[in-house]
Amino acid sequence: MSLIARDLEARGIVTFAMASALDIIEAGRPPRTVFVDYPLGHTTGKPHDPTDQYAVVRESLRAFVLMDRPDSLVRLSRRWSDDDDWKRSAMSADGGDTRAPRDTTPQYQTEADRMLAEAAR
Amino acid sequence: MPELHSSSRPVRYIEAITQRYERLGYPPYRWFRSADAPPFTPLDKPLSECRVGVLSTSGAYVAGQVAYHYKDDTSMRAIPKDTPSARIRFAHITENYLADPRRDPNCILPIDAFRSLEREGVIGELAPELFSCMGGIYSQRRTQGELVPEVAQRMLAQAVDVAYLVPM
Repeated sequence: MSLIARDLEARGIVTFAMASALDIIEAGRPPRTVFVDYPLGHTTGKPHDPTDQYAVVRESLRAFVLMDRPDSLVRLSRRWSDDDDWKRSAMSADGGDTRAPRDTTPQYQTEADRMLAEAAR
Repeated sequence: MPELHSSSRPVRYIEAITQRYERLGYPPYRWFRSADAPPFTPLDKPLSECRVGVLSTSGAYVAGQVAYHYKDDTSMRAIPKDTPSARIRFAHITENYLADPRRDPNCILPIDAFRSLEREGVIGELAPELFSCMGGIYSQRRTQGELVPEVAQRMLAQAVDVAYLVPM
């Protein structure tokens, strides 16, 4: 995503990059970053918590508009939970490959999606 | 004395994932790294006058659209801004991160939040379509040559002032 941010910015589009993986975003160096310390998959908030989702985006926008130089990064103070147990499993090097097989057929979330998409063709 | 704040440090994903693949005997994933400072375009008007585009690299698609495949799929999907979030689906090679987005797409594609911000006038306007693509593409050459220009073309076609980017 850093590649996209850098390209858009060079073309004159202002980019606001969100991130939940601090090391990955710091390696790619987009122009402006807001870091949300939530597990991957939740960069714009907790599931079924519209108040949290709105607050993440609203707070990020407040931070983004104040950034006046490249490599700006602000960390939101919001926490995923009272403890940080989720970080232990996220940091674990154990376990199998969590990637799905690299296949060139569309990977529909549901069978109904497949039927809808095929009917539309 | 234990390190009191050790667990509140950010997760080191590159280290953890690299070690896991190494232990499994898989080749390492190469994240994009830049040695150069990023370009910078100043925001020259208030957000309340800006047209905002959204891109999520989470593999989001709308029911009825073709889903992403998992072998360097560099295509994009356009999600009309009035799409009910209940019709948004996901296909991304790291499916383990999709459990919650599949229950509530707003975790990773903030469509409801941006509709509220548009109604309230915090942003001038949400662009007619939100965009998605799939992260986790192994070929940086194909990302650079196919995906990056496609994103630019679509964002420019919608005349967005600001692109709000949400990674998987």
